[in-house]
Amino acid sequence: MLLYVVRRLLYAVPIALGVTLVVFSLVHIAPGDPISALLPNEATEEMLQQARKEFGLDRPLPVQYAIWLGHAAVGNLGVSIGSGRPVADEVAAAVVNTVILAVSAGLLSCLLGFVLGMVAGLRRDGLIDHLVNLFTISGVSLPHYWLAILLVIVFSVNLSWLPPLGVGPDTSDGWRPDWAHLRHLILPTLATAAIPMAVIARTMRAGVVDVLDQDFIGTLRAKGLPPRRILWHVVRNALPTTLAVMGLQLGNMLGGSVLVETVFAWPGTGFLLASAIFQRDLPLLQGTMLVLAMFFVFLNLIVDLVQSATDPRIRRS
Amino acid sequence: MNPDPSRDLSRMPAPLPEIADRGGPLQPLLSATGLRKEFRLGGGFFGPRAVVHAVDDFSLTVIKGETVGIVGESGCGKSTAARLLAGITPADDGEIIFDGETFWTPRSRISGERRRAIQMVFQDSASSLNPRMTLTETLAFGPRAHGVPTATARAYARDLLAAVGLPPARFAERYPIELSGGQRQRVNIARALAIRPRLLILDEPVSALDKSVEAQVLNLLVSLRDQLGLSYVFISHDLNVVRYISDRVVVMYLGQIVEEASAQDIFAAPRHPYTRALFASKPSIDPRQRVTAPPLVGDPPDPVNPPSGCRFRTRCPIVEAICANARPPLSAMPGAGGTHRAACWAALPGNEHSLSPRQKGALQ
Amino acid sequence: MHGTLGGPATIDAAVAPAVRHNRYATVVLLRFLRQPVPMTAAVILLVVMLAAIFAGFIAPADPFQTRVARRLAEIGTPGRWLGGDELGRDVLSRLIYGGRISLAMAILPVAVGLFVGGFLGVLAGYAGGRTNMAIMRAMDVFYAFPSILLAVAIAGALGPGLVNAILALSLVFIPPIARMAESVTTQVRSYEYVIAARLTGASTLRILREHVLSNVAGPILVFASSQVSVSIIAASGLSFLGLGVSPPNSDWGLMLSALRQSIYINPWVAALPGAMIFLCSVCFNLVSDGVRQAMEVRR
Repeated sequence: MLLYVVRRLLYAVPIALGVTLVVFSLVHIAPGDPISALLPNEATEEMLQQARKEFGLDRPLPVQYAIWLGHAAVGNLGVSIGSGRPVADEVAAAVVNTVILAVSAGLLSCLLGFVLGMVAGLRRDGLIDHLVNLFTISGVSLPHYWLAILLVIVFSVNLSWLPPLGVGPDTSDGWRPDWAHLRHLILPTLATAAIPMAVIARTMRAGVVDVLDQDFIGTLRAKGLPPRRILWHVVRNALPTTLAVMGLQLGNMLGGSVLVETVFAWPGTGFLLASAIFQRDLPLLQGTMLVLAMFFVFLNLIVDLVQSATDPRIRRS
Repeated sequence: MNPDPSRDLSRMPAPLPEIADRGGPLQPLLSATGLRKEFRLGGGFFGPRAVVHAVDDFSLTVIKGETVGIVGESGCGKSTAARLLAGITPADDGEIIFDGETFWTPRSRISGERRRAIQMVFQDSASSLNPRMTLTETLAFGPRAHGVPTATARAYARDLLAAVGLPPARFAERYPIELSGGQRQRVNIARALAIRPRLLILDEPVSALDKSVEAQVLNLLVSLRDQLGLSYVFISHDLNVVRYISDRVVVMYLGQIVEEASAQDIFAAPRHPYTRALFASKPSIDPRQRVTAPPLVGDPPDPVNPPSGCRFRTRCPIVEAICANARPPLSAMPGAGGTHRAACWAALPGNEHSLSPRQKGALQ
Repeated sequence: MHGTLGGPATIDAAVAPAVRHNRYATVVLLRFLRQPVPMTAAVILLVVMLAAIFAGFIAPADPFQTRVARRLAEIGTPGRWLGGDELGRDVLSRLIYGGRISLAMAILPVAVGLFVGGFLGVLAGYAGGRTNMAIMRAMDVFYAFPSILLAVAIAGALGPGLVNAILALSLVFIPPIARMAESVTTQVRSYEYVIAARLTGASTLRILREHVLSNVAGPILVFASSQVSVSIIAASGLSFLGLGVSPPNSDWGLMLSALRQSIYINPWVAALPGAMIFLCSVCFNLVSDGVRQAMEVRR
């Protein structure tokens, strides 16, 4: 097991480096001189010279990459063109909001998906099974930004129950776990959680059905094991695949956050990324992408390790 | 089976020339020496996690027109040996000489025309024939790859089908999915013969077939061998089949050859305790010969960590101290004319095993 | 075993040659036609595509003609049957015209992904060893990004525009298709019929052409077609963010974004473009699923 962990960690290193390379390239595929993209338009010649020196922009690309990577490693992601503040600070503030949304949506989708999938699998062809089935077929094709708009139409426009925008009643201070802030969290959470929930439910259902059909469950029944204990066997065997899918869905949730956060004006990383794009704020774009992608690499690593801890077959293969 | 002359492949005009004989009848057709193959499992930055010694110091000679059978339990390395001989899997070490010409070494391999001298017939399976090709297309592929015009190759494909007992009028345009196992295996044989090889390596060619079909396919193999003057290396776990078709038999255990002799000798007087155990496990038709005790107990040892000395010692009924200390060489048995060889201390003269023959001056 | 591919006894030698050349394709087509749900989806897609192609003949109004009186007209207004947008343009006509760009933006990137990813995957799968390592590890890097995020970042860096958006999306669909192609090719390469072909001494190119491609093309194509349903969501998402087509041209994503501003006045008109994206995505999914099932010929 320890060997597996070490090997998996070592495998993540080249991937992470590759990811940084892709993020680094973002500035260089942008049209125009990278230096003008990295600095505000009104930058003086002096500032240009200083930036050229700092980022080594007159040196070959591999050197530039090394310099940039060195800066990034110590948390220096450059300065935002839009706000003039360090990118790292901007991203850090946005990460908090994204984490709040991701945690609530993650919990909702995993718990509900898990339970719905299990019930659907155990009561095959029952009402819940049919509902889950219908929802999962359409779920993967549901544009989540459209779902977000539909939720706003129903709950904000028609029913006036919930606020359509923002994190709380006033944007000046931070997020607090009170009702005023929670009200704002409900719609973004639903929009973000719906599709992952459908996918998780489908995976769990498939896993449960698969396990129930196997011979050893019949043996357990024949042995007179109480249903509660049999259920434990079913869950244990269906769990590893579901966990892997949960991890992947959490990653996709991050990707989708760009659109959902835009719809709800939720000031998270996705919203930050979108505004960076519109202000042509390439340092901010680069920094946000780096943080998100690194998080995704880390998430994949965790998923693999958790999955191998619950499924002995993976370690041995 | 009485060969019908209209199906005699040797009388049909072949689109590819015969590969000329070089060394005359006394030159061995195939001579493989010291073939070794290891498979690395898993691994990454710190090297492999485990190394399986699939085939170790494997040497084999095939005389022109001869059929050599290779037997052994599953996992003994006989299929790997077959793939090494055919050049599918490159060996780590060793060399293969074909009719006096270097066919394969770790640094060089034969190419072009002479490459087609050795072909292989696989065990029947769903993936042995391309499911998207008709039988004609499958059989025409090899000759076309060697520059035969498509029309000629397709015409010859029909001759080949006839030669293996599949009337071309009914079978030429069929797909593999429309064939039975025995029919598929006939096509496999025809495909191997399409580019006129001199040696066929047959890896469990009849193991997946019903008994009645098995007999038909074996008869077909015998008659093709006689018509075309082919040599076979025939791999099987079925001793009856090997006894029927082989001139000489090689017994493998855990990647190594433990005994080799003419089919007659080895079945009459096996020398290695593993060979004896293997033969004793052969089911007999005579109920009075019924075997009650299992001749071999347990599974073969882990090929990742083979036992020291003689690899069979962990399951051997006559194991002694010497067996763990040194590996017995594959040597000629005394009084057998030099053609019967075994790797067992108990059968070799002049060593400390209590059953070792005492006479001096043994052959070789 | 499905009835259409009979056992040895059912195919008469006299019949076989007549249907020989595309018999597999014919069988798949026939089996697809017999599935009601995928067929319905295929018909819907066909109607949407034809409407988009012949938009000039079908659209009831000029999609660019603004009319102040019809601003934010409700659904059912004469001349604006599906409502009017913020400039009074006919939403129905704009939906029909918008389909052109939305469908092109969905299909083109997958087509590029199919060619580039398919080529890389087959190459990696057949070559194995170091070539495989190099190609697949590079793919893993792109796989490390959530797909929409990567598309947004690349399109964002390149700057808004239809061509840039299609380029960004193409890059996103190369890795998954390459992965799929690599895994089926690796499998096919290990089959005995490919080994036998190698033993004949045939050139690698000939083996790839005659033995490998015909057996991997089907699964790769089906997988790629399933990606169209993902692609249309991602493509419209880029347009929704303003990274795709630029006004006054429009596609469903941009329409959704524009109509969103008038959500309090005309909420259900605002939902229409999203419904089109959803409908097409579901249909692409169902069709690709149907083809996959039709191709499953059990041995």
